[in-house]
Amino acid sequence: MTTAIRIEQVYKRFGSVHALNGVDLAIQPGEFFGLLGPNGAGKTTLISALAGLSRPDSGRLMIMGFDVEADYREARRQLGVVPQELVFDPFFSVRETLEIQAGYYGIDPSRQRRAWIDEILENLDLTSKADANMRTLSGGMKRRVLVAQALVHRPPVIVLDEPTAGVDVELRQTLWQFVRRLNEDGHTIVLTTHYLEEAESLCGRIAMLKAGQVVALDTTRNLLSRFSSHTLRLRTASDKPAQLGMTQERITQENATQECTSGWWTCAFAHFDEIEPMLARIRNAGCMIDELEIGKPDLEDVFVRVMQEQSHEQVRAA
Amino acid sequence: MNSLSIKPSRGFITLFYKEVLRFWKVAAQTVAAPVLTALLYLLIFSHVLASHVEVHGVPYTSFLVPGLVMMSVLQNAFANTSSSLIQSKVTGNLVFVLLPPISHSEFFSAYVLASVARGLLVGGGVLVVTTWFGGLSYAAPLWILVFAMMGGAVMGTLGLIAGIWAEKYDQLAAFQNFLILPLTFLSGVFYSIASLPPFWQHVSRWNPVFYMIDGFRYGFFGVSDISPWMSFLVGLGCLLILSSITLSALKRGYKLRA
Ligand SMILES: Nc1ncnc2c1ncn2[C@@H]1O[C@H](COP(=O)(O)OP(=O)(O)OP(=O)(O)O)[C@@H](O)[C@H]1O
Ligand SMILES: [Mg+2]
Repeated sequence: MTTAIRIEQVYKRFGSVHALNGVDLAIQPGEFFGLLGPNGAGKTTLISALAGLSRPDSGRLMIMGFDVEADYREARRQLGVVPQELVFDPFFSVRETLEIQAGYYGIDPSRQRRAWIDEILENLDLTSKADANMRTLSGGMKRRVLVAQALVHRPPVIVLDEPTAGVDVELRQTLWQFVRRLNEDGHTIVLTTHYLEEAESLCGRIAMLKAGQVVALDTTRNLLSRFSSHTLRLRTASDKPAQLGMTQERITQENATQECTSGWWTCAFAHFDEIEPMLARIRNAGCMIDELEIGKPDLEDVFVRVMQEQSHEQVRAA
Repeated sequence: MNSLSIKPSRGFITLFYKEVLRFWKVAAQTVAAPVLTALLYLLIFSHVLASHVEVHGVPYTSFLVPGLVMMSVLQNAFANTSSSLIQSKVTGNLVFVLLPPISHSEFFSAYVLASVARGLLVGGGVLVVTTWFGGLSYAAPLWILVFAMMGGAVMGTLGLIAGIWAEKYDQLAAFQNFLILPLTFLSGVFYSIASLPPFWQHVSRWNPVFYMIDGFRYGFFGVSDISPWMSFLVGLGCLLILSSITLSALKRGYKLRA
């Protein structure tokens, strides 16, 4: 099967900034792929190169097997991009905007085209705004139109650059439902977002970008288990947990207000079946537990760890 | 899955249509206002000068009308491409045109043809409202059309170059004030270059706009400073040079796909 997106050794500099510093990625058809990274990591630059909006200094990018430069017509037909910036054409209504966008992709006006546009409008809850001028829409509504514009030509590969920035909870839910369905229908989805819970629940695989380089690339599940783990937290007055390998949390403002005789202890574990023996040991040590929590691994931990590790490596390399 | 019928030419047609729609939606500004401006020029200049001058044996007012019509064609063609492009760049909505599979030559022709359309529309408007000044003949209508379209295309292309190059509105304004305005005003819109001192006659012959206005005027009166064929060749040469510059810039993605 053709790779949906293939990125080979892509470099792009802006003056002294290495926005992309040798990026390699391959994304398979049907994947729901997350592209994460701090501000300025190069996510948007990579998407622009993929969409032909900017030319990389070197390297090769392909969409569904079509080179974005040599085969740009086919490559662009395969790709729908929701840009990060909230852009719109103030001269047109929502429907005009979508009809025109469909036309740009060579789609003839027809009953099918109209029906498809109606379906997109419906799915993004825009039907009531179809004839409103773009200028009169709220920010979140404009964002929905951007999503709609990316879908008019039914691209097999859809790239969303922070589609939920400035969007209310309700649309977030509807949008994700819609995008999930597109993914289930076989569309390849690439998503960038700073909401890590979103990426965690949606993406099957994640690449983390930092300073123009891919610093982590794996399935979401592997990332979570490799860099993060479940934690057992408990509060007790005893200091026995220390002998059992737990670490005492530093006294912060928050837990200082609690009875000073008791403190929070944590330990990490990889599997749930490690919990029971641990609790048994604590009980056998004769220690009273006042409170107990189990923390789930989350992508935020992973993200923070990956980014920190990178910084340490960079310091060492320097 | 894909039941939508695709025709490659549709992209070009849509871009052309969108460019026409863009100015048509604000026709009061883009069509009516320039017609009024031309009318004001005509009223003032013809009143002040009509009794004094006759050019090529034609009363001054009649001589002036084709010049004003052509000036309107040229200026509006330039304004259309340049303002459309700079607006799209500044607001960022140019991505909607850059993302789809539209080739650089389709992009070029859609923008330029739309600017020719606006030029012809405004020029036609000026012609209509000035007919009652009278004295206009139509000696060679085909030349009228040829020069109007060629002039519009040359200026539309120049507008595209300006729009691609400029990053801010004031850069575009500079282009307009220091290049387009002098070229059009010093081209014989208001006078025949035969009435200029020899030095300025010589300078005018380096101004391509002069040839287009002169050729255009030939279409009305059947007389001109230069043979219309010569003017045609100069205009065509300009169009070819400017088009190849623009096409190669678009192909390289100069500024637009940096
Ligand atoms: N047109 C440009 N000119 C100069 N520098 C640029 C340009 N575009 C991007 N950069 C720089 O390249 C780097 C990567 O930017 P990019 O927009 O790709 O980051 P990002 O990962 O999308 O960040 P964010 O999360 O903030 O959207 C940044 O340092 C940015 O300043
Ligand atoms: Mg970005």
